[in-house]
Amino acid sequence: MTEWLTDPLQFEFMQRALLVAVVVGIVCAILSCWLTLLGWSLMGDAVSHAVLPGVVLSYVVGLPFAVGAFLFGAGSVGLIGGLNRTSRIKEDAAIGVVFTGLFALGLVLVSVIPSQTDLFHILFGNVLGVSDADIYQVVGLGLAVLVVLLALRRTLVLYAFDPVHAHAIGISPRRMEMLLLGSLAVTVIVALQAVGIVLVVAMLITPGATAYLLADRFDRMLAISIAVGVLSTVLGTYLSYHLDASTGGCIVCVLAALFVVTYLFSPRHGLLARRRPRPRSAIESTGPAARPVPGGRAR
Amino acid sequence: MTASAVIHADGVCVRYGETLALDGVDLRVDPGAVHGLIGMNGSGKSSLFKALMGLVALDAGTIRLFGADPAAARRAGRVSYTPQSEDVDWGFPVSVADVVLMGRYGHMGWRRKAGADDRRAVDAALERVELTALRDRQIGELSGGQKKRAFVARALAQGAELLFLDEPFAGVDKRSEQTITDVLRELAAAGRTIVVSTHDLIAVPRLCDRVTLINRRIVDTGAPDAMLVPERLAEAFGGFVPQEALVLHARAEVSA
Repeated sequence: MTEWLTDPLQFEFMQRALLVAVVVGIVCAILSCWLTLLGWSLMGDAVSHAVLPGVVLSYVVGLPFAVGAFLFGAGSVGLIGGLNRTSRIKEDAAIGVVFTGLFALGLVLVSVIPSQTDLFHILFGNVLGVSDADIYQVVGLGLAVLVVLLALRRTLVLYAFDPVHAHAIGISPRRMEMLLLGSLAVTVIVALQAVGIVLVVAMLITPGATAYLLADRFDRMLAISIAVGVLSTVLGTYLSYHLDASTGGCIVCVLAALFVVTYLFSPRHGLLARRRPRPRSAIESTGPAARPVPGGRAR
Repeated sequence: MTASAVIHADGVCVRYGETLALDGVDLRVDPGAVHGLIGMNGSGKSSLFKALMGLVALDAGTIRLFGADPAAARRAGRVSYTPQSEDVDWGFPVSVADVVLMGRYGHMGWRRKAGADDRRAVDAALERVELTALRDRQIGELSGGQKKRAFVARALAQGAELLFLDEPFAGVDKRSEQTITDVLRELAAAGRTIVVSTHDLIAVPRLCDRVTLINRRIVDTGAPDAMLVPERLAEAFGGFVPQEALVLHARAEVSA
Protein backbone atom coordinates (compact mmCIF):
# COMPACT_ATOMS: atom_id res chain seq x y z
CA MET A 1 0.00 0.00 0.00
CA THR A 2 2.79 2.41 0.94
CA GLU A 3 4.51 1.61 -2.34
CA TRP A 4 1.27 2.26 -4.17
CA LEU A 5 1.48 5.80 -2.81
CA THR A 6 5.25 6.39 -2.82
CA ASP A 7 6.36 4.71 -6.03
CA PRO A 8 4.78 7.26 -8.38
CA LEU A 9 6.43 10.10 -6.43
CA GLN A 10 9.86 9.24 -7.80
CA PHE A 11 8.71 10.70 -11.11
CA GLU A 12 8.86 14.47 -11.36
CA PHE A 13 5.78 14.57 -13.56
CA MET A 14 3.78 12.88 -10.79
CA GLN A 15 5.00 15.37 -8.18
CA ARG A 16 3.89 18.22 -10.42
CA ALA A 17 0.59 16.51 -11.18
CA LEU A 18 -0.16 16.03 -7.49
CA LEU A 19 0.70 19.65 -6.70
CA VAL A 20 -1.74 20.80 -9.37
CA ALA A 21 -4.30 18.25 -8.18
CA VAL A 22 -4.19 19.56 -4.60
CA VAL A 23 -4.52 23.20 -5.66
CA VAL A 24 -7.39 22.41 -8.03
CA GLY A 25 -9.12 20.29 -5.37
CA ILE A 26 -8.98 23.05 -2.76
CA VAL A 27 -9.98 26.00 -4.95
CA CYS A 28 -12.83 24.24 -6.74
CA ALA A 29 -14.15 22.87 -3.46
CA ILE A 30 -14.29 26.31 -1.86
CA LEU A 31 -16.12 27.92 -4.77
CA SER A 32 -18.46 24.95 -5.15
CA CYS A 33 -20.01 25.68 -1.73
CA TRP A 34 -21.43 28.97 -3.01
CA LEU A 35 -22.36 27.60 -6.41
CA THR A 36 -24.34 24.81 -4.73
CA LEU A 37 -26.14 27.14 -2.32
CA LEU A 38 -26.91 29.75 -4.99
CA GLY A 39 -28.09 27.20 -7.56
CA TRP A 40 -25.47 28.34 -10.07
CA SER A 41 -24.40 24.88 -11.30
CA LEU A 42 -25.52 25.57 -14.86
CA MET A 43 -23.53 28.79 -14.79
CA GLY A 44 -20.41 26.79 -13.89
CA ASP A 45 -21.07 24.49 -16.82
CA ALA A 46 -21.52 27.48 -19.13
CA VAL A 47 -18.35 29.30 -18.14
CA SER A 48 -16.23 26.16 -18.36
CA HIS A 49 -17.34 25.44 -21.93
CA ALA A 50 -17.22 29.06 -23.07
CA VAL A 51 -13.48 29.39 -22.38
CA LEU A 52 -12.52 27.04 -25.24
CA PRO A 53 -12.16 29.67 -28.00
CA GLY A 54 -10.20 31.84 -25.55
CA VAL A 55 -7.71 29.04 -24.88
CA VAL A 56 -7.19 28.39 -28.59
CA LEU A 57 -6.79 32.08 -29.49
CA SER A 58 -4.30 32.57 -26.63
CA TYR A 59 -2.05 29.91 -28.10
CA VAL A 60 -2.35 31.53 -31.53
CA VAL A 61 -1.44 34.98 -30.24
CA GLY A 62 1.19 33.59 -27.87
CA LEU A 63 -0.39 34.78 -24.63
CA PRO A 64 -0.73 32.69 -21.46
CA PHE A 65 -3.86 30.62 -21.99
CA ALA A 66 -5.35 32.06 -18.81
CA VAL A 67 -5.74 35.47 -20.47
CA GLY A 68 -7.93 34.28 -23.32
CA ALA A 69 -9.80 31.88 -21.09
CA PHE A 70 -10.66 34.66 -18.63
CA LEU A 71 -11.80 37.02 -21.39
CA PHE A 72 -14.13 34.43 -22.85
CA GLY A 73 -15.28 33.13 -19.45
CA ALA A 74 -16.15 36.61 -18.20
CA GLY A 75 -17.51 37.52 -21.62
CA SER A 76 -19.92 34.59 -21.55
CA VAL A 77 -21.24 35.73 -18.16
CA GLY A 78 -21.80 39.21 -19.57
CA LEU A 79 -23.52 37.84 -22.67
CA ILE A 80 -25.83 35.63 -20.63
CA GLY A 81 -26.79 38.50 -18.32
CA GLY A 82 -27.27 40.85 -21.27
CA LEU A 83 -29.40 38.40 -23.21
CA ASN A 84 -31.52 37.81 -20.13
CA ARG A 85 -32.08 41.52 -19.52
CA THR A 86 -32.73 42.63 -23.07
CA SER A 87 -35.03 39.89 -24.33
CA ARG A 88 -37.84 37.68 -23.08
CA ILE A 89 -35.50 34.66 -23.14
CA LYS A 90 -35.34 33.01 -19.70
CA GLU A 91 -32.01 32.55 -18.00
CA ASP A 92 -31.49 28.81 -18.57
CA ALA A 93 -32.13 29.26 -22.29
CA ALA A 94 -29.72 32.22 -22.39
CA ILE A 95 -27.06 30.04 -20.73
CA GLY A 96 -27.67 27.20 -23.16
CA VAL A 97 -27.48 29.39 -26.24
CA VAL A 98 -24.34 31.28 -25.19
CA PHE A 99 -22.17 28.43 -23.98
CA THR A 100 -22.91 26.03 -26.82
CA GLY A 101 -22.30 28.83 -29.31
CA LEU A 102 -18.92 29.73 -27.82
CA PHE A 103 -17.92 26.08 -27.37
CA ALA A 104 -18.75 25.43 -31.02
CA LEU A 105 -16.69 28.45 -32.06
CA GLY A 106 -13.80 26.94 -30.09
CA LEU A 107 -14.17 23.60 -31.87
CA VAL A 108 -14.10 25.35 -35.26
CA LEU A 109 -11.00 27.35 -34.28
CA VAL A 110 -9.17 24.23 -33.11
CA SER A 111 -9.90 22.45 -36.35
CA VAL A 112 -8.91 25.26 -38.74
CA ILE A 113 -5.95 26.79 -36.91
CA PRO A 114 -2.81 24.69 -37.19
CA SER A 115 -1.24 24.76 -33.73
CA GLN A 116 0.45 22.73 -31.08
CA THR A 117 -2.70 22.71 -29.04
CA ASP A 118 -4.05 19.27 -28.50
CA LEU A 119 -7.83 19.48 -28.42
CA PHE A 120 -7.96 16.30 -26.43
CA HIS A 121 -5.87 17.84 -23.64
CA ILE A 122 -8.05 20.94 -23.43
CA LEU A 123 -11.25 18.94 -23.39
CA PHE A 124 -10.17 16.20 -21.02
CA GLY A 125 -7.23 17.66 -19.11
CA ASN A 126 -3.58 16.69 -19.05
CA VAL A 127 -2.44 16.91 -15.50
CA LEU A 128 0.37 14.40 -16.05
CA GLY A 129 1.91 16.67 -18.68
CA VAL A 130 1.76 20.14 -17.12
CA SER A 131 4.57 22.52 -18.01
CA ASP A 132 6.35 24.88 -15.59
CA ALA A 133 4.45 27.85 -16.98
CA ASP A 134 1.16 26.02 -16.43
CA ILE A 135 2.09 25.25 -12.84
CA TYR A 136 2.87 28.90 -12.07
CA GLN A 137 -0.48 29.92 -13.56
CA VAL A 138 -2.44 27.28 -11.68
CA VAL A 139 -0.79 27.90 -8.32
CA GLY A 140 -0.80 31.71 -8.64
CA LEU A 141 -4.40 32.03 -9.77
CA GLY A 142 -5.55 29.31 -7.38
CA LEU A 143 -3.99 31.04 -4.37
CA ALA A 144 -5.49 34.39 -5.39
CA VAL A 145 -9.03 32.96 -5.56
CA LEU A 146 -8.52 31.04 -2.33
CA VAL A 147 -7.40 34.10 -0.37
CA VAL A 148 -10.18 36.35 -1.70
CA LEU A 149 -12.99 33.83 -1.13
CA LEU A 150 -11.85 32.84 2.36
CA ALA A 151 -11.29 36.44 3.48
CA LEU A 152 -14.73 37.52 2.25
CA ARG A 153 -16.55 34.30 3.08
CA ARG A 154 -18.90 35.76 5.69
CA THR A 155 -20.05 38.55 3.40
CA LEU A 156 -20.48 36.05 0.56
CA VAL A 157 -22.54 33.78 2.79
CA LEU A 158 -24.75 36.73 3.71
CA TYR A 159 -25.14 37.55 0.01
CA ALA A 160 -26.09 33.96 -0.82
CA PHE A 161 -28.50 33.66 2.11
CA ASP A 162 -30.24 37.04 2.05
CA PRO A 163 -29.18 39.52 -0.65
CA VAL A 164 -31.96 41.92 0.39
CA HIS A 165 -30.53 42.21 3.89
CA ALA A 166 -27.07 42.73 2.36
CA HIS A 167 -28.52 45.57 0.30
CA ALA A 168 -30.35 47.00 3.33
CA ILE A 169 -27.12 47.36 5.30
CA GLY A 170 -25.22 48.92 2.41
CA ILE A 171 -23.41 45.84 0.99
CA SER A 172 -23.83 45.72 -2.78
CA PRO A 173 -25.26 42.32 -3.85
CA ARG A 174 -24.24 43.20 -7.40
CA ARG A 175 -20.59 43.47 -6.35
CA MET A 176 -20.72 40.17 -4.50
CA GLU A 177 -22.24 38.56 -7.59
CA MET A 178 -19.49 39.96 -9.81
CA LEU A 179 -16.86 38.75 -7.36
CA LEU A 180 -18.24 35.21 -7.40
CA LEU A 181 -18.59 35.18 -11.18
CA GLY A 182 -15.03 36.49 -11.59
CA SER A 183 -13.80 33.78 -9.19
CA LEU A 184 -15.74 31.25 -11.24
CA ALA A 185 -13.97 32.29 -14.44
CA VAL A 186 -10.53 32.09 -12.77
CA THR A 187 -11.31 28.78 -11.05
CA VAL A 188 -12.37 27.23 -14.35
CA ILE A 189 -8.96 28.17 -15.76
CA VAL A 190 -7.22 26.58 -12.79
CA ALA A 191 -9.27 23.38 -13.00
CA LEU A 192 -8.92 22.97 -16.77
CA GLN A 193 -5.40 21.63 -16.25
CA ALA A 194 -6.54 18.78 -14.10
CA VAL A 195 -9.81 17.58 -15.54
CA GLY A 196 -10.38 19.47 -18.79
CA ILE A 197 -13.29 21.56 -20.01
CA VAL A 198 -15.84 18.78 -20.14
CA LEU A 199 -15.41 17.68 -16.53
CA VAL A 200 -14.61 21.00 -14.82
CA VAL A 201 -18.22 21.41 -13.86
CA ALA A 202 -18.01 18.25 -11.74
CA MET A 203 -15.24 19.85 -9.67
CA LEU A 204 -17.37 23.00 -9.34
CA ILE A 205 -20.50 21.27 -8.09
CA THR A 206 -19.94 17.85 -6.57
CA PRO A 207 -17.65 18.74 -3.60
CA GLY A 208 -20.11 21.42 -2.40
CA ALA A 209 -23.14 19.22 -3.07
CA THR A 210 -21.54 16.35 -1.11
CA ALA A 211 -20.66 18.64 1.79
CA TYR A 212 -24.17 20.12 1.79
CA LEU A 213 -25.54 16.65 2.54
CA LEU A 214 -23.27 16.42 5.58
CA ALA A 215 -23.21 19.88 7.16
CA ASP A 216 -25.70 22.34 8.64
CA ARG A 217 -23.12 25.11 9.18
CA PHE A 218 -21.31 26.91 6.42
CA ASP A 219 -17.79 26.64 7.85
CA ARG A 220 -18.21 22.89 8.33
CA MET A 221 -19.57 22.59 4.81
CA LEU A 222 -16.49 24.43 3.54
CA ALA A 223 -14.10 22.10 5.41
CA ILE A 224 -15.87 18.94 4.24
CA SER A 225 -16.00 20.23 0.68
CA ILE A 226 -12.24 20.88 0.67
CA ALA A 227 -11.58 17.40 2.08
CA VAL A 228 -13.76 15.83 -0.62
CA GLY A 229 -12.15 17.92 -3.36
CA VAL A 230 -8.56 17.15 -2.37
CA LEU A 231 -9.23 13.46 -1.68
CA SER A 232 -10.76 12.98 -5.11
CA THR A 233 -8.13 14.91 -7.09
CA VAL A 234 -5.22 13.18 -5.33
CA LEU A 235 -6.73 9.69 -5.26
CA GLY A 236 -7.91 10.14 -8.85
CA THR A 237 -4.43 11.12 -9.99
CA TYR A 238 -2.93 8.01 -8.31
CA LEU A 239 -5.59 5.77 -9.82
CA SER A 240 -4.92 7.24 -13.23
CA TYR A 241 -1.21 6.45 -12.84
CA HIS A 242 -1.72 2.88 -11.70
CA LEU A 243 -4.56 2.03 -14.08
CA ASP A 244 -3.01 4.00 -16.94
CA ALA A 245 -6.41 5.63 -17.37
CA SER A 246 -7.71 9.16 -18.08
CA THR A 247 -6.78 11.39 -15.12
CA GLY A 248 -9.81 13.67 -15.39
CA GLY A 249 -12.02 10.62 -15.67
CA CYS A 250 -10.50 8.98 -12.58
CA ILE A 251 -10.78 12.17 -10.51
CA VAL A 252 -14.44 12.70 -11.36
CA CYS A 253 -15.26 9.01 -10.82
CA VAL A 254 -13.83 9.21 -7.28
CA LEU A 255 -15.76 12.42 -6.72
CA ALA A 256 -19.01 10.89 -7.94
CA ALA A 257 -18.44 7.78 -5.80
CA LEU A 258 -17.95 9.96 -2.69
CA PHE A 259 -21.17 11.77 -3.53
CA VAL A 260 -23.16 8.57 -3.94
CA VAL A 261 -21.91 7.17 -0.64
CA THR A 262 -22.83 10.43 1.09
CA TYR A 263 -26.21 10.59 -0.60
CA LEU A 264 -27.00 7.13 0.74
CA PHE A 265 -25.42 7.23 4.17
CA SER A 266 -25.26 10.84 5.37
CA PRO A 267 -26.39 10.70 9.02
CA ARG A 268 -28.93 13.52 8.74
CA HIS A 269 -29.66 14.17 5.09
CA GLY A 270 -28.88 10.79 3.50
CA LEU A 271 -31.47 8.63 1.77
CA LEU A 272 -31.36 5.96 4.49
CA ALA A 273 -31.56 8.49 7.32
CA ARG A 274 -34.59 10.11 5.69
CA ARG A 275 -36.50 6.86 5.90
CA ARG A 276 -36.39 7.04 9.67
CA PRO A 277 -38.99 9.29 11.27
CA ARG A 278 -37.61 12.76 11.82
CA PRO A 279 -38.70 15.58 14.13
CA ARG A 280 -41.70 17.44 12.75
CA SER A 281 -39.97 20.79 12.76
CA ALA A 282 -37.30 19.46 10.42
CA ILE A 283 -39.81 18.16 7.90
CA GLU A 284 -41.87 21.32 7.44
CA SER A 285 -38.76 23.27 6.55
CA THR A 286 -38.62 22.65 2.83
CA GLY A 287 -39.95 24.88 0.14
CA PRO A 288 -38.93 26.98 -2.81
CA ALA A 289 -36.89 30.05 -2.09
CA ALA A 290 -35.90 33.08 -4.08
CA ARG A 291 -32.21 33.08 -4.77
CA PRO A 292 -30.00 35.54 -6.52
CA VAL A 293 -29.56 34.65 -10.16
CA PRO A 294 -26.32 35.55 -11.94
CA GLY A 295 -26.74 38.30 -14.47
CA GLY A 296 -30.44 38.37 -13.64
CA ARG A 297 -32.74 41.33 -13.59
CA ALA A 298 -32.09 44.04 -11.03
CA ARG A 299 -33.25 43.03 -7.60
CA MET B 1 -46.57 66.18 7.91
CA THR B 2 -43.44 67.39 9.66
CA ALA B 3 -39.99 67.96 8.28
CA SER B 4 -38.72 65.24 10.62
CA ALA B 5 -40.57 62.45 8.80
CA VAL B 6 -38.47 59.26 8.66
CA ILE B 7 -39.95 58.29 5.30
CA HIS B 8 -40.83 60.97 2.83
CA ALA B 9 -42.07 59.66 -0.53
CA ASP B 10 -43.33 62.05 -3.17
CA GLY B 11 -45.17 61.10 -6.33
CA VAL B 12 -43.54 57.67 -6.52
CA CYS B 13 -44.30 55.68 -9.69
CA VAL B 14 -42.96 52.19 -10.30
CA ARG B 15 -43.52 50.44 -13.60
CA TYR B 16 -42.77 46.83 -14.57
CA GLY B 17 -42.82 46.79 -18.35
CA GLU B 18 -46.36 47.84 -19.28
CA THR B 19 -47.77 47.47 -15.76
CA LEU B 20 -47.94 50.50 -13.51
CA ALA B 21 -47.47 49.02 -10.01
CA LEU B 22 -47.38 52.32 -8.11
CA ASP B 23 -49.07 55.44 -9.41
CA GLY B 24 -48.06 58.69 -7.74
CA VAL B 25 -47.67 57.47 -4.16
CA ASP B 26 -47.11 60.10 -1.48
CA LEU B 27 -46.22 58.77 1.95
CA ARG B 28 -44.99 60.31 5.21
CA VAL B 29 -44.06 58.11 8.12
CA ASP B 30 -43.19 59.79 11.40
CA PRO B 31 -40.70 58.42 13.95
CA GLY B 32 -41.77 56.47 17.02
CA ALA B 33 -44.70 54.72 15.42
CA VAL B 34 -45.75 51.43 13.90
CA HIS B 35 -47.14 52.12 10.45
CA GLY B 36 -49.22 49.47 8.67
CA LEU B 37 -49.42 49.16 4.91
CA ILE B 38 -52.58 47.34 3.96
CA GLY B 39 -53.72 46.18 0.57
CA MET B 40 -54.64 43.05 -1.29
CA ASN B 41 -52.19 41.00 -3.37
CA GLY B 42 -51.11 43.03 -6.37
CA SER B 43 -52.01 46.31 -4.65
CA GLY B 44 -48.44 47.55 -4.92
CA LYS B 45 -47.69 46.87 -1.24
CA SER B 46 -44.52 44.95 -1.97
CA SER B 47 -43.57 47.31 -4.80
CA LEU B 48 -43.75 50.19 -2.33
CA PHE B 49 -41.59 48.17 0.09
CA LYS B 50 -39.07 47.53 -2.67
CA ALA B 51 -39.09 51.18 -3.69
CA LEU B 52 -38.53 52.34 -0.09
CA MET B 53 -35.69 49.80 0.25
CA GLY B 54 -34.12 51.00 -3.00
CA LEU B 55 -34.58 47.62 -4.69
CA VAL B 56 -36.48 48.90 -7.74
CA ALA B 57 -35.82 51.93 -9.88
CA LEU B 58 -38.42 54.69 -9.59
CA ASP B 59 -40.20 55.67 -12.78
CA ALA B 60 -41.00 59.04 -11.24
CA GLY B 61 -40.96 60.69 -7.82
CA THR B 62 -38.48 60.87 -4.96
CA ILE B 63 -37.87 58.99 -1.71
CA ARG B 64 -35.96 60.41 1.26
CA LEU B 65 -35.15 58.41 4.39
CA PHE B 66 -34.24 60.43 7.50
CA GLY B 67 -34.33 63.51 5.29
CA ALA B 68 -31.49 62.28 3.09
CA ASP B 69 -30.55 59.88 0.32
CA PRO B 70 -31.83 56.35 1.16
CA ALA B 71 -28.46 54.84 0.22
CA ALA B 72 -26.77 56.86 2.98
CA ALA B 73 -29.29 55.56 5.54
CA ARG B 74 -28.63 51.97 4.38
CA ARG B 75 -24.87 52.38 4.57
CA ALA B 76 -25.19 53.79 8.08
CA GLY B 77 -27.01 50.62 9.18
CA ARG B 78 -30.22 52.49 10.03
CA VAL B 79 -32.48 50.32 7.86
CA SER B 80 -33.45 46.68 8.39
CA TYR B 81 -35.66 44.33 6.46
CA THR B 82 -37.49 41.19 7.58
CA PRO B 83 -38.34 39.06 4.54
CA GLN B 84 -41.45 37.03 3.80
CA SER B 85 -41.01 33.34 4.59
CA GLU B 86 -41.29 32.32 0.93
CA ASP B 87 -38.22 34.42 0.11
CA VAL B 88 -35.87 32.54 2.44
CA ASP B 89 -33.92 29.35 1.65
CA TRP B 90 -34.64 27.48 4.89
CA GLY B 91 -32.20 24.69 4.02
CA PHE B 92 -29.25 27.12 4.08
CA PRO B 93 -26.45 25.91 6.39
CA VAL B 94 -26.66 28.67 9.01
CA SER B 95 -27.72 28.55 12.65
CA VAL B 96 -30.25 30.83 14.33
CA ALA B 97 -27.39 32.71 16.01
CA ASP B 98 -25.58 33.03 12.62
CA VAL B 99 -28.67 34.71 11.14
CA VAL B 100 -28.97 37.15 14.05
CA LEU B 101 -25.23 37.90 13.82
CA MET B 102 -25.73 38.95 10.19
CA GLY B 103 -27.62 41.94 11.60
CA ARG B 104 -24.28 43.11 12.99
CA TYR B 105 -22.33 42.88 9.71
CA GLY B 106 -22.78 46.58 8.98
CA HIS B 107 -21.01 47.36 12.27
CA MET B 108 -18.01 45.11 11.56
CA GLY B 109 -14.92 45.48 9.40
CA TRP B 110 -14.72 44.12 5.86
CA ARG B 111 -13.93 40.59 7.08
CA ARG B 112 -17.07 40.63 9.31
CA LYS B 113 -15.25 39.30 12.36
CA ALA B 114 -17.54 39.47 15.38
CA GLY B 115 -16.31 41.35 18.45
CA ALA B 116 -17.54 41.26 22.06
CA ASP B 117 -20.11 44.01 21.35
CA ASP B 118 -21.53 42.02 18.47
CA ARG B 119 -21.85 38.87 20.58
CA ARG B 120 -23.55 40.78 23.39
CA ALA B 121 -26.02 42.31 20.91
CA VAL B 122 -26.81 38.86 19.49
CA ASP B 123 -27.29 37.35 22.96
CA ALA B 124 -29.59 40.19 24.03
CA ALA B 125 -31.65 40.03 20.84
CA LEU B 126 -32.08 36.24 21.11
CA GLU B 127 -33.08 36.62 24.75
CA ARG B 128 -35.68 39.28 23.89
CA VAL B 129 -37.44 37.09 21.31
CA GLU B 130 -37.12 34.01 23.56
CA LEU B 131 -34.93 31.98 21.22
CA THR B 132 -31.83 31.62 23.40
CA ALA B 133 -32.41 27.89 23.88
CA LEU B 134 -32.68 27.36 20.12
CA ARG B 135 -29.70 29.49 19.06
CA ASP B 136 -27.64 26.60 17.70
CA ARG B 137 -30.45 25.06 15.63
CA GLN B 138 -30.19 25.21 11.88
CA ILE B 139 -32.54 28.03 10.84
CA GLY B 140 -34.96 25.72 8.99
CA GLU B 141 -35.50 23.59 12.10
CA LEU B 142 -37.62 26.30 13.72
CA SER B 143 -41.39 26.62 13.53
CA GLY B 144 -42.93 29.37 11.38
CA GLY B 145 -43.31 31.76 14.32
CA GLN B 146 -39.82 31.05 15.66
CA LYS B 147 -38.33 31.77 12.23
CA LYS B 148 -40.02 35.18 12.17
CA ARG B 149 -38.75 35.88 15.68
CA ALA B 150 -35.22 35.02 14.56
CA PHE B 151 -35.41 37.65 11.81
CA VAL B 152 -36.89 40.21 14.22
CA ALA B 153 -33.92 39.44 16.49
CA ARG B 154 -31.61 40.20 13.56
CA ALA B 155 -33.19 43.67 13.24
CA LEU B 156 -32.83 44.13 17.03
CA ALA B 157 -29.16 43.14 16.98
CA GLN B 158 -28.59 45.54 14.12
CA GLY B 159 -30.03 48.38 16.18
CA ALA B 160 -31.89 49.61 13.12
CA GLU B 161 -33.90 52.82 13.41
CA LEU B 162 -36.24 52.02 10.55
CA LEU B 163 -37.58 48.46 10.37
CA PHE B 164 -39.44 47.04 7.40
CA LEU B 165 -41.37 43.82 8.06
CA ASP B 166 -43.03 42.01 5.18
CA GLU B 167 -46.07 39.98 6.34
CA PRO B 168 -44.67 39.37 9.84
CA PHE B 169 -47.70 37.35 10.98
CA ALA B 170 -48.13 35.01 8.02
CA GLY B 171 -47.99 31.41 9.30
CA VAL B 172 -47.16 32.55 12.83
CA ASP B 173 -48.53 31.02 16.06
CA LYS B 174 -50.26 33.17 18.72
CA ARG B 175 -47.31 33.20 21.10
CA SER B 176 -44.89 34.39 18.43
CA GLU B 177 -47.38 36.99 17.23
CA GLN B 178 -47.64 38.31 20.81
CA THR B 179 -43.85 38.41 21.26
CA ILE B 180 -43.31 40.16 17.93
CA THR B 181 -46.09 42.69 18.64
CA ASP B 182 -44.60 43.45 22.08
CA VAL B 183 -41.10 43.89 20.65
CA LEU B 184 -42.30 46.22 17.91
CA ARG B 185 -44.39 48.27 20.36
CA GLU B 186 -41.32 48.65 22.63
CA LEU B 187 -39.19 49.76 19.71
CA ALA B 188 -41.79 52.34 18.67
CA ALA B 189 -41.98 53.60 22.26
CA ALA B 190 -38.19 54.01 22.14
CA GLY B 191 -38.49 56.23 19.06
CA ARG B 192 -37.81 53.70 16.31
CA THR B 193 -39.95 53.59 13.19
CA ILE B 194 -41.59 50.39 12.03
CA VAL B 195 -43.31 49.76 8.72
CA VAL B 196 -45.32 46.57 8.44
CA SER B 197 -47.01 45.24 5.35
CA THR B 198 -49.83 42.89 6.14
CA HIS B 199 -53.19 41.61 5.04
CA ASP B 200 -53.87 40.21 8.50
CA LEU B 201 -56.38 42.88 9.58
CA ILE B 202 -57.11 41.29 12.95
CA ALA B 203 -53.58 42.00 14.18
CA VAL B 204 -53.55 45.60 12.96
CA PRO B 205 -55.39 47.54 15.75
CA ARG B 206 -53.12 46.16 18.49
CA LEU B 207 -49.94 46.67 16.49
CA CYS B 208 -50.27 49.81 14.40
CA ASP B 209 -50.51 53.49 15.33
CA ARG B 210 -51.28 54.49 11.79
CA VAL B 211 -52.49 52.65 8.74
CA THR B 212 -52.14 53.37 5.06
CA LEU B 213 -54.53 51.69 2.64
CA ILE B 214 -52.97 51.13 -0.72
CA ASN B 215 -54.37 50.12 -4.09
CA ARG B 216 -51.73 51.18 -6.62
CA ARG B 217 -52.22 54.69 -5.23
CA ILE B 218 -52.71 55.69 -1.61
CA VAL B 219 -56.40 55.24 -0.74
CA ASP B 220 -56.14 56.89 2.67
CA THR B 221 -53.95 57.20 5.76
CA GLY B 222 -55.14 57.49 9.33
CA ALA B 223 -55.66 55.85 12.71
CA PRO B 224 -56.53 52.13 12.52
CA ASP B 225 -60.16 52.53 13.69
CA ALA B 226 -60.77 55.19 11.08
CA MET B 227 -59.25 53.07 8.32
CA LEU B 228 -60.49 49.58 9.17
CA VAL B 229 -64.12 50.34 8.35
CA PRO B 230 -66.00 48.58 5.57
CA GLU B 231 -66.31 51.67 3.35
CA ARG B 232 -62.58 52.46 3.37
CA LEU B 233 -61.55 48.83 3.01
CA ALA B 234 -63.92 48.34 0.10
CA GLU B 235 -62.04 51.12 -1.69
CA ALA B 236 -58.68 49.55 -0.92
CA PHE B 237 -59.77 46.04 -1.79
CA GLY B 238 -61.50 47.00 -5.02
CA GLY B 239 -65.11 46.71 -3.83
CA PHE B 240 -64.56 43.51 -1.90
CA VAL B 241 -64.74 43.74 1.90
CA PRO B 242 -62.55 41.14 3.61
CA GLN B 243 -64.27 38.91 6.19
CA GLU B 244 -61.93 40.03 8.98
CA ALA B 245 -62.98 43.64 8.41
CA LEU B 246 -66.59 42.82 9.21
CA VAL B 247 -65.47 40.99 12.36
CA LEU B 248 -63.38 43.96 13.46
CA HIS B 249 -66.20 46.35 12.70
CA ALA B 250 -68.72 44.29 14.65
CA ARG B 251 -66.31 44.18 17.62
CA ALA B 252 -65.89 47.94 17.55
CA GLU B 253 -69.70 48.43 17.47
CA VAL B 254 -70.17 46.15 20.47
CA SER B 255 -67.52 47.83 22.59
CA ALA B 256 -68.73 51.32 21.67
